Amino acid sequence: MTMKMTGGQILLDGLVKEGVDTIFGILGGAILPLYDTLPQFPQLHHVLVRHEQCAAHAAEGYARATGKVGVCFATSGPGATNLVTGIANAHLDSSPIVAITGQVARRFIGKDAFQEIDITGITLPITKHNYLVRDAASLAKILKEAFYIARTGRPGPVLVDVPKDVFNEQVEYHSPGKIDLTSYKTPLKGHPAQIQKAAALINGAQRPLIIAGRGVIISEASLELKELAERAQIPVVTTLLGLGSFPESHVLSYRWLGMHGMAYANMAVNTADLIIAIGMRFDDRATSEVNTFAPNASIIHIDIDPAEIGKNVRVDVPIVGDAKAVLTPLNKLVQPAQRMGWLQQLDEWRREHPSTDIRDSASVLPQYAIHQTYEATNGEATIVTGVGQNQMWAAQYYLYNRPNSFISSGGLGTMGFGLPASVGVKMGRPDLTVWCIDGDGSFQMTLHELATIVQEKLAIKIAIMNNGYLGMVRQWQELFHGKRYVATPLWGPDYVKLAEAYGIPGVRVRRREEVIPAIQQAMAYDGPFLIDFGIEPEENVYPIVPPGASLSEYLEIPEKEVAWQR
Amino acid sequence: MATIKHTLVALVENKPGVLNRVASLFRRRGFNIESITVGQSETPNVSRMTIVVDGTNTSVEQVRKQLDKLIETVKVTDITSDNIVLRELALIKVKATSANRSEIIQVVDIFRANIVDVSTDSLTVEVTGDEDKLNSLLNLLHTFGIKEMCRTGRIAMTRGNINEMGRRMSKQPESPES
Repeated sequence: MTMKMTGGQILLDGLVKEGVDTIFGILGGAILPLYDTLPQFPQLHHVLVRHEQCAAHAAEGYARATGKVGVCFATSGPGATNLVTGIANAHLDSSPIVAITGQVARRFIGKDAFQEIDITGITLPITKHNYLVRDAASLAKILKEAFYIARTGRPGPVLVDVPKDVFNEQVEYHSPGKIDLTSYKTPLKGHPAQIQKAAALINGAQRPLIIAGRGVIISEASLELKELAERAQIPVVTTLLGLGSFPESHVLSYRWLGMHGMAYANMAVNTADLIIAIGMRFDDRATSEVNTFAPNASIIHIDIDPAEIGKNVRVDVPIVGDAKAVLTPLNKLVQPAQRMGWLQQLDEWRREHPSTDIRDSASVLPQYAIHQTYEATNGEATIVTGVGQNQMWAAQYYLYNRPNSFISSGGLGTMGFGLPASVGVKMGRPDLTVWCIDGDGSFQMTLHELATIVQEKLAIKIAIMNNGYLGMVRQWQELFHGKRYVATPLWGPDYVKLAEAYGIPGVRVRRREEVIPAIQQAMAYDGPFLIDFGIEPEENVYPIVPPGASLSEYLEIPEKEVAWQR
Repeated sequence: MATIKHTLVALVENKPGVLNRVASLFRRRGFNIESITVGQSETPNVSRMTIVVDGTNTSVEQVRKQLDKLIETVKVTDITSDNIVLRELALIKVKATSANRSEIIQVVDIFRANIVDVSTDSLTVEVTGDEDKLNSLLNLLHTFGIKEMCRTGRIAMTRGNINEMGRRMSKQPESPES
């Protein structure tokens, strides 16, 4: 049984077969024939964003909230180049997205035609794989491969560039059949001998420490992680993107490590005699100076990507495999243990260096505003952040107990990620309470997505930590560049009036006592709501490990005279 | 750690853009490719690349793993420390006069190289061998004057029974790598 289909029909039919229900994009000349075909597929809901970068970020937010592959569309030329930042973000944070770009018709390729750009060339180093489709007959197979590559192994972005005339080309439709990618290997199960070695190290360790990364979340291995930690009484810290892989309210959680991580988590790393790193890649923001990282520890590294093993730190027992597939047999070999001394030591450090104190202040402190958001939402919201101080405070002053409850740009550090990513999260999971915690600098990079939020009627709560600075850079200027605030003072509009212009209600908060009522007002409102928190302009993020220092050389809040509250 | 010259053999699917993917990965990871040769292998639709790069063992192993991750690479092996046959071919156009032509031919004969073209004021020499042999011959021919020269870059193959494709088949994908 064969039938004639156009390239556009084959593509959209392929999306439906992959379980896609939502597409984020902006159309244009080269991709117009595909959009013209969209009404034939009512199962596919298209979300019109206001800039293609946000289509990719929204697709990533969608992917991270649902565990499915996110999809974005853009036209050729500027549409495609605008996607680049979003694709790079998904690449560095291992998020599965498939980007479909229109391309000029085949006879114009290579001629510098209007809106022609070599997007497969441009995205070569920032995609897991990409394709330039040469004929409609190959489209079904390419699309199936693209989704398979995006979601398997270490997930990542795949771009499929489709010339305009391929969308219109009529061909006999042939089912793509089974995936045949002989040269694409996805290791899953860890090597049994390595797992045994790891178990022996764990059973013999005095001061073991688990560092859990986003790989645990991707692999859905949180239960297995919990079993390992509880069974052998091993304390757990996470990376920034690993937040939520292990419940932060758990007695064995010592929260997260790194440049702005908890002092006690960093001390734990430097004191441990065994590091069990699971689904993380020893990023420099997590390890700080690698030569002084975990100086007393043997290291077990479990990761699905063989190229991550030994890339940044020496590893004693590497295990290449999927976190869940490795932890399941490992847990059977790990003996129950009591580690009272080690855990007491960590608790003592936590008491001495709590790292998340909030001082008394009549003005609005970002720490207080975020902590009150945590209280008001019962810790059950999904927090999507911008990049900078807002992101670090959001990570520090909200406790994450559920996988994917913290959605943030880690590897690329893309300012402007928050608002479009929250669009994707809310589209994918309308049942979730979504708060976008942003900075005024980050927010101003993608604030046009307010329009998308209104058009799609998304009840996203937006909290801007407004300090009138590019705050994180200002903090670096203060601490490391002699307080020379070059180009960091940042004028911004009246955000409440701005929101109002988009039809979004909001409030401006300038005093501490206004914080809780504002959060309650936002939660009570059935729809999007914006809070402009005018925070202490020169508030810093502490602790901070200065660049080039060891994790144990963190700086804490300098003024200790204030009353603490935890 | 000391850097040495590494010889990598990459078996890749013969598809458009693969050479670009491989070459750009070396650039991206900060390697200068000394030579790269591409041609058919014994398997249809699989091309064989021989890549020579300078680097430490750990940095080359890192780039080897990154190469192995490319969807279209079938297998990448660092055969530097294996027992291998290395060959390179060069064409060398040497200035020649009636006075020194026979002297040049003598040198060429010693190296078991061939004269493939003759003109009134030049000889073109074809030579095959390992790099040392080619360098020695070049050194000698320099005294006559070299008008033009091109070298193919290294191709390499492991001696004995091993075949790169077969080595792949026997390798377990989940085997530990350090």
